[in-house]
Amino acid sequence: MSAVDLTLAEALDRLAKKDISAVELTEAHLEQMAQHRSLNAYLVETPERALNEARASDERRAKGAAKPLDGIPLGIKDLFCTKGVETTAGSKILEGFVPTYESTVTANLWRDGAVMLGKLNMDEFAMGSSNMTSAYGPVENPWRRPGSNAKLVPGGSSGGSASAVAARMALGATGTDTGGSIRQPAAFCGIVGIKPTYGRCSRWGTIAFASSLDQAGPFARTVKDTAILLRSMSGFDPKDSTSVDMPVPDWAKDCVGNVKGMRIGIPRQYRMDGMPAEIDRVWTQGAQWLRDAGAEIVEIDLPHTKYALPTYYVVAPAECSSNLARYDGVRYGLRAEGASLTELYENSRAEGFGAEVKRRIMIGTYVLSAGYYDAYYLKAQQVRALIARDFTLAFEKCDAILTPTAPSSAFAMGEKMDDPIAMYLNDVFTVPASLAGLPGISVPAGLSDDGLPLGLQILGKPFDESGVFRVAQAIEDAAKFDAKPALLKVA
Amino acid sequence: MSLDNSTVAKIARLARIRVGADEQPHLASELNHVLGWIEQLSEVDTKGVEPMTSVAPMTQRLRPDQVALENDRDAVLANAPESVAGFYVVPKVVE
Repeated sequence: MSAVDLTLAEALDRLAKKDISAVELTEAHLEQMAQHRSLNAYLVETPERALNEARASDERRAKGAAKPLDGIPLGIKDLFCTKGVETTAGSKILEGFVPTYESTVTANLWRDGAVMLGKLNMDEFAMGSSNMTSAYGPVENPWRRPGSNAKLVPGGSSGGSASAVAARMALGATGTDTGGSIRQPAAFCGIVGIKPTYGRCSRWGTIAFASSLDQAGPFARTVKDTAILLRSMSGFDPKDSTSVDMPVPDWAKDCVGNVKGMRIGIPRQYRMDGMPAEIDRVWTQGAQWLRDAGAEIVEIDLPHTKYALPTYYVVAPAECSSNLARYDGVRYGLRAEGASLTELYENSRAEGFGAEVKRRIMIGTYVLSAGYYDAYYLKAQQVRALIARDFTLAFEKCDAILTPTAPSSAFAMGEKMDDPIAMYLNDVFTVPASLAGLPGISVPAGLSDDGLPLGLQILGKPFDESGVFRVAQAIEDAAKFDAKPALLKVA
Repeated sequence: MSLDNSTVAKIARLARIRVGADEQPHLASELNHVLGWIEQLSEVDTKGVEPMTSVAPMTQRLRPDQVALENDRDAVLANAPESVAGFYVVPKVVE
């Protein structure tokens, strides 16, 4: 078995036993990255830095001063500012931007000894569900339908992160999730991804999209591995006013799969008209696995579910139109000249932003403009309160909620590109929990009829990541998902 | 409700994004499509519902009134497309 096939927990174990060095582990991943550049998962590779960090890690370990993630090579979504390393958010407007500071989440990972392999491709400013909106080209999913050469999307917006972890080009990766941008790509690539409760991970130094929804989280190939990573990423940060000052548990201890006596809610409203039979099948199977493991399955109601997506597409564009006002061609990023300052702004933004970003900025500008604020924005914030209340009431009857992660398996590049709403529907099962700020994880649970991974989502009460990890582990134990992407079978 | 080309031009102006007259009809139809879909929110009875203002129920913290970050002009200007003598450079705004 190659070093890139280890889980993160196994790698930590081998490093501790000195069966492998951090340098060897890092070299194996750098080699894997070089072999699979065609996936376009990495925007920037930082091999020299990685090897230097790995050497320093080996020295610490030799002195008996190893840290929790010492020597673990990770990929970083390009939304996280990394000091001295180009950070573009997948946008042309930030081409060449080299932060002079480090995001809190990545700083926490380096504090704990992790090694940076590079920066990962993503949908422009995290707006997309396919990674097709990146200004630096689409990312390819390492999975293919058996017998087909059609290139598939990895999902989005954290498409590079999911593709890299699935293709063994990192032991884990950071992502961000605003409406499903960790969970949906995790499902499409057959790996695990968790969005913690809003407030767990600091947003400081993470390029903002929709601030009331944005939350960082990890990708890895097992539930326990994401638990290990999330512990390092989380924690109170005075530099983020919505960061929560709460102790960070050792979530890896929750990954024991004991769900005896837990009540698992199945929301009636998630059983949508026209839902593919394979999605229903894996969902029903998931409920059965949990029942077999001693959990009680209860039907619950989330009556405002159908309004979650339209609510999201008022709130998120409104916040994005405000957040992205900072790209002005003056302080950083791309500048297109103009005769006046206003022209300079207009030209820089017209040239620097892609079509989907412009569309969302304009929708946001419209719903916040004089005369429309109450009809759209205020209304959406009221419906959002009702969606959050649905969950509060549901959690009186259950301890966690089980749903499919996405309404389909990975689709081919170029599909769903003609109608923005068809693309938005990818997030139908993930957006409601984002609006309510709840923790949610996606775990690979089976294969579709055409041989692609399908994920199940587990949602928990605010700050009950422990419960989410427990249920996720039970699903992982029962699913025994060991299918491999086409790319790795060829290699 | 339907957005016309002049509304698209107005939004583009507010958003400071140059949109050519040739792009307006296409953008108008796209924005109408999305806004028409959002329209379904009007079905929801929200009488007396407090709009959500904070995801997690929390009160705003106060921090001590102390300088936490020194102003580092060079770092701030490091990514500026154009700067001179410690200032950003923009086209002339005052005649």
